[in-house]
Parts: sequence; structure tokens; C-alpha cells
Amino acid sequence: MTDGMQDYNFAYLDEETKRMIRRALLKALAIPGYQVPFASREMPMPYGWGTGGVQVTAACLVPEDRLKVIDQGADDTTNAVSIRGFFARTAGVATTERTAEATLIQTRHRIPETPLREGQILVYQVPIPEPLRFLEPRETETRRMHALEDYGLMHVKLYEDIARHGAISTSYAYPVKVAGRYVMDPSPIPKFDNPKLESPAIQLFGAGREQRIYAVPPYTRVVSLDFEDHPFEASKPDHPCALCGATDSYLDEVITDDTGARMFVCSDTDYCAGRRAEGAA
Amino acid sequence: MSPLLQVEGVTKRYGARIGCEGVGFDLWPGEVMGIVGESGSGKSTLLGCLAGHLTPDTGRILYDAGAGSGAQDVTAMPEAARRRLLRTDWAFVHQNPRDGLRMNVSAGGNVGERLMAVGARNYGAIRARAGDWLGRVEIDGARMDDRPSAFSGGMQQRLQIARNLVSGPRLVFMDEPTGGLDVSVQARLLDLLRGLVRDMGLSAVIVTHDLAVVRLLADRLMVMKSGRVVETGLTDQVLDDPQHPYSQLLVSSVLQV
Amino acid sequence: MYVAVKGGARAIENAHAWLAEERRGDPGVAELSVAQIRGQLTLAVDRVMAEGSLYDPDLAALAIKQARGDLIEAIFLIRAYRTTLPRLGATLPVDTGAMACDRRISATFKDLPGGQVLGPTFDYTHRLLDFKLAAEAAQPEAERAAPDLRPKPRVTEFLNQEGLIQDEAKAEDAPPDLTRAPLEFPACRALRQQALTRGDEGFVLGMAYSTQRGYGRNHAFVGELRIGTCSVEMEIPELGFAVEIGEVEVTECETVNQFAGSKTEPAQFTRGYGLVFGHGERKAISMALVDRALRWRELGEDDTGAPAQDEEFVLQHADNIQATGFLEHIKLPHYVDFQSEIELVRKLRAAAGEAPDD
Repeated sequence: MTDGMQDYNFAYLDEETKRMIRRALLKALAIPGYQVPFASREMPMPYGWGTGGVQVTAACLVPEDRLKVIDQGADDTTNAVSIRGFFARTAGVATTERTAEATLIQTRHRIPETPLREGQILVYQVPIPEPLRFLEPRETETRRMHALEDYGLMHVKLYEDIARHGAISTSYAYPVKVAGRYVMDPSPIPKFDNPKLESPAIQLFGAGREQRIYAVPPYTRVVSLDFEDHPFEASKPDHPCALCGATDSYLDEVITDDTGARMFVCSDTDYCAGRRAEGAA
Repeated sequence: MSPLLQVEGVTKRYGARIGCEGVGFDLWPGEVMGIVGESGSGKSTLLGCLAGHLTPDTGRILYDAGAGSGAQDVTAMPEAARRRLLRTDWAFVHQNPRDGLRMNVSAGGNVGERLMAVGARNYGAIRARAGDWLGRVEIDGARMDDRPSAFSGGMQQRLQIARNLVSGPRLVFMDEPTGGLDVSVQARLLDLLRGLVRDMGLSAVIVTHDLAVVRLLADRLMVMKSGRVVETGLTDQVLDDPQHPYSQLLVSSVLQV
Repeated sequence: MYVAVKGGARAIENAHAWLAEERRGDPGVAELSVAQIRGQLTLAVDRVMAEGSLYDPDLAALAIKQARGDLIEAIFLIRAYRTTLPRLGATLPVDTGAMACDRRISATFKDLPGGQVLGPTFDYTHRLLDFKLAAEAAQPEAERAAPDLRPKPRVTEFLNQEGLIQDEAKAEDAPPDLTRAPLEFPACRALRQQALTRGDEGFVLGMAYSTQRGYGRNHAFVGELRIGTCSVEMEIPELGFAVEIGEVEVTECETVNQFAGSKTEPAQFTRGYGLVFGHGERKAISMALVDRALRWRELGEDDTGAPAQDEEFVLQHADNIQATGFLEHIKLPHYVDFQSEIELVRKLRAAAGEAPDD
């Protein structure tokens, strides 16, 4: 495959397919939070490994782009390395690990800590785009619920959480309401990241296997669902990063020896490295 | 005063078979209409059409939501508006509580759903309303976090009623609400229903084959046979002095108590 | 001091090198050629073509070799290749009535015009391991009959002449293409059949079997099963007529199912239909049964709640490439989601510890 890649179009997908995806993206941006069906292609990586994000990235990339790919916040996890390599090879675009330098960032499960700015695009890989899926398995029914803004069931779920556990027991993929209309799954980001969904950057969500694209345009209102007396809380482990000392970043828990000793470090590797380079901690 | 519901010429066919044909009546605010007939008489089809579960082939169903908006044809309403009606102004009590409850959601969640559907976002307030309603249908508040699957048939039916009435509807449809319950449980449920209908000033359409139910609850009665209304009148009048041969048969076939 | 694990790129390269070595196996044993796979593992090749939705035995054989014999992996390779190909147009519907049959059987009529042709089947072999094959003895050539050129009209057409079987409506529009448009529900029959023909053989078999055991039972008889080659024709707009562009081997199964009827409509048998690339009769029969089960609404049957009657359930889960990808993706790191779960559980436990006992 290494040498055969020049036989493929820029960024792998043919132009016809890219146009189809761009049409879906434009529709998604026009109706924030609405899941637009699109004819997802088989990609050379398996479904569930970011094929939706990869297709969206392929449709957005131009030769001048500088691409960053993260998985779990890190640039060096295997799947991030694999996807970055794929585009370096098929599109020949420059890559970076610096959030601030990237024009397009593909992510799985995190929003970078460094605030995004206008002109940047954040592409999310989405496993299950339907926020109502585990309440109602039938696609025909969930689409109707969205169409009629029939979201009572969503709050019933949150009510049941509090009744049983005393708190809303959703810690990631925490549902949000976008622009006051559609309830949306923000992909499995920790709820710590939810406030960052209101952003100057363009946010695009691609679900390959489920054939859906949706979007949050810049500066769009994104509200995490909650109750007045049980308000949404963007929580994280209550520690500073053991490497850079940050207290405002999301942390991975690392088990350091077989007696169960553990430490907490930034999940965003670029953020952590940047702080250390600046001499923090 | 104008009627709450005006039903005009409602017909529903299943292929060549008649479900119900040319049914019309007015329902006034606070009035309870009973529809009786044996199984296959078309009473459930009619109820399905009235409540928006089935689309009639012809006919109009005009509902006056009040607030000066005038009567609107429910069959011609957009789906979104009809659904809003179904979860606010209207309620539907199924014969089998399993059809009207979420069996995997707690009793409190079941009662709270209609409140949340129309925008209630205070957990404590929702819970308080749910607790109040459980009390009104004689379910111990301590069972609020239990699932309906742990309830007896009679409790499930009372829970279904609470779930429906919590939003303060004006019109309730009931399909054999006491069917499938023991006789003693039926009597208690009927008492409860009668109290609620009176206290809340509800209008209701009740379908049943049980004449004792309509005797107790209904102001007026329609007798249906083969999809058509054969007799209509005040409940006591129809039950005590039936005119149509079929009504006479229906009344005489019930043991007098 | 702790240093986060690095070197993802290096690890991936090494893994690929190791994989290549494992694929080759013992270098002392001759390497398997693509031609050998294509010529001797034909049923594997056929399955990869059918579920890969690409009729190319050479590529399918290559994919099997590359995938170390993992057929789902091979199907994935073919699908990923197929999706990069342009779609130039649609062929005319293949006329399976004019098939040059290698095998043609009917379970509903003992004899029929065109005759029964048993063909190369495992059906009546005794499943005893044949140790002669291990000895790599030369295979004596099978005796050859003169080609049977009698026309073989479809069995269901005989029933149709009498009006005994429900007529299939001719589709007005060109069928939708599952690979070019997202699957949306409710799906038309053409779309359902596309999903089934490229669906996982095991899944479709399991669904079909469940209908036989009572979950959406529809009393199927194999009206006809035929395997052979059909010519593929395409209309060339510049020419204004159709030309043959090649031929494909396909397996077709038509089932004759329980009759439907009412007071107004006389009783009639109903049909299920299965068609797959290559020699794949297990899959074709399974497909026909599931196709029939999914038609309950159109035929006015009851929804018994059986899985095989549930269009969304069947079509959303039949594709093994979607299924295996999503299933295996749980191997990928989920540190972040897991971390947020750990944190929540700790918090809930702490809150429970603070609560007074009651």
C-alpha cells in the first residue's frame, strides 16, 4: 500500500464523493445539531476506527492545510498516528502536534485544552450519533422524535439517574441542545469538555458506520441538558497534572506500579508539553 | 358554551370490512360519553380515530382548545401540533397498563414524563408533583422509585391514570380501563375514576363492554353494532329503557345487580 | 519521573512486518499462489465476491491471501477497494431464466421442463475426511456429459400461469444503490435485497434459521435453486442498444411460501427471493427466507415481533464489515471515557459513604 498511494486522488476520496460529503456538511452547518444522512464509503480503515471523521477530513482538506490528529487527547496514540500517516501519504499535507498551528484537527474523544480560534476546523469521530439511541433503538422513531422536538424521554433518563444515583450518571457523550433546537450527542468526549463546544471554530461530526454528519457552527449556543436544581457540572479528577502542574486540564490516570500507586497527567499531550516548555512546574 | 369535541361522519374501513361508519356526536365540557357494544362492534376503532391513533377515511373531528382559537380539525392538524395535544390537553388510558406505561422507568419517572415533555426542568418540583399524584391514585409515596413491573395490576392501572392526568388534561380517552382486573379491584378503580373526573371537571370518552362501568361514569351512552351507532341517549334512559333491539339484548344479557 | 508511552508509529511498523512474516508462514513450504486460491478455494473466493459486492475472482483470491484466509478481512479489503472505483452506469437486469445452469434443482416438483441437474454439490457426500486429499493424489477427471442445452424456464413461472403464486410487481424506477445513498427506513424491497446479498452469510443464515424455528415462520419450499453463468448486458447510450460486457456466475433461489388470501382475494402462494454472486447456495436460500419474512407488511401478515421480520434490526446488523469494525473498535484506547466513568463511580461511592445509614 505504501507505494500504490499515488494512484489515489488527493486525500484518498474521489472528487465526486467529496462533493457529496461537502453537500452534507453544508446542510449540517445550516441546521446545527441535525443529523444529515450521507452515503458513507468504505474506507481503508475499519468502521468504528474513525471512518466518519476521516471522510469529513478528506472532504475538507486543501493542500495548504496543516493537520493535527489526536486520540484521547494525545497525538502519539496508535490510531492518531495511523490516521495522521494516512493523510500525510494520501494528501501530502503538513502535519503538526501543536493545536495553535493546526488549521484542521481530527479528534477522537477530546477537545483540545488550548482554545480554538476562528478559521480552525475541529472534526470529531463519532461512534453512535443518535443521542436517543439507547432510549429508543428504532431509527424511524428517533428521527420522528427529533422532527417533532419530542425530547421528554431524554429528561426521563436524566430524572431516573438522579432518582437512582443521586446525580446524573452520564460522564461522557453527555447530551446537549444545540441552538435551542436539536438534542445532539457530542461524541464520547468527557463532560469536562462540554463547555468548549461553544467555540469560534467550526465543529464537524462524522459517523461513518451510521452514515451521519452533523455540525456546530462557530459561536453557536450549546447547552448541556440538566435540571435547575441538579445543574450540569463539567467535572474532572481533582488533582493537578503531575508533569506540568496544570489544574485546568483533563487528566488521565496512570497506574505506575503493581501496588496500585497512580498519578494524574494531562490527557492533552500538546498542552502539557507546551506548558513544560514554557517552564511551568 | 360550545362543544369540546365535535365528531362528524367518521368512517374507517379495513379493506372491504367496516371498522366504523358515519359516526357523529358532540361532547360538551365536563361530559362523559360511554361507548358500548360487543367486541367487533367498532368501538375501539372509533376511539382510535378520535384519539389520533388511526386516521379516519372520511369525517371530521373538531376540537376546541379554548383560548378563543376556535374548533380545529384534529385529522388535518400537522403531526407536531397533534402530538403536543396528545401530551398536554388529551390523555389516553389503555386497557393494558403495559401499553400506557414505561415498564423500565420508575413510577415517579412515569408520572413526571409529561411534565418534562412540556418543559419542566426542576427535579424537586417534578418529584413533588409526581408524589402528589401517586397519593391521589392511592399509591404509597415510598414506592415512587420502584418500577411498575413490581406493582400489582390494579396499581399499574392507577399509575397509568396518574401519568395521564398529571398534565391536567381536558379530555381523556379510556379503552376498557377496568378490563383485566379483579372485580373488587375494578370497584375501587371506578370509585377513584369517578372522583377524579368530578374533581377535575374532565371530559371523557370511555369505551367498554361492561355496562356497570358506564352506569357509574357516563352521562351519555352510544350503543354500537357492526360499526354503526344504533342508539344514543342519556345513560339511565338507554340502560333502563333501551329502544333498539340490539340495546335490549345487550342490557338483558347482563345480570341485574 | 514518569514519561508517557511514545513510539506509536514505530510499534505499528513493527506489527506490520511481523504480520507479513506470519502470513508467509514456514518459508520451507511453497508459497500459495493467487491462481491456486482462485482455482482451488473457489467457494471462499465466491463468498468474498458476494459479500465484497465486487465480481472479480482474481482480486478476491488476492484478498484472501493477503488476509491470511480471514474471509471477513478479505471482504473488507475488497470493499475498501471497490469504494474507490467510479460507478459508470447500471447494467440491464440479468436474465437468470436464460442461465447456463451447472446446477438446477426444485424441491416442489419431481420433474420439470429442463430437468433437474444435480451439479457439483456436497449434498450427498458422506462427510468423511478424505485422506487421499492429504496425499495430494492426482484427481481422476469426472465423466462429462454432452452440454444440456434444453431451456430451463423458472419453476415459479409454471405456478404463475395458473395464478397460484403471487405476481411480482415490475419495478418502475431504477433500484436505489445502497453504496451510493445512505440506508434509510422504511427500505424498499430492492434495497433490502441489496443489503441481504452483501450481508454476512452467518448472520443471514441465523436469521433464516430462526424463521424456520417459528420466529416469523413462513413455510418455505425451495421452488428452485439454480447456479450457473449469466451474461451481463449494458446499454451504451452512444450505440442505442445493449451489448454483452461479460458474464457472471450467480446462485439464485426462489422459495414458494405459505399462501395468503382473504375473502376478496383467492389463496395464492407467496415468494421469497435470493441472489448472490458465485456459488453460494446456503446464502441464497437464507436470503430468500429472510426476504420473505421482511415482506410481512406488504402481504398483510401479522408482526409477530420476530427478529427476522424487523427490517431495521436485520438491515442494520447484516453487514459484517460494519459489525466487525464497530465490535473491534473497543480495542482502541478509551482512557478518557473510562477515566470519566471511574471518577463518577468514585464520586457516587463517596456520596453514598457520607449518607447516614437508614
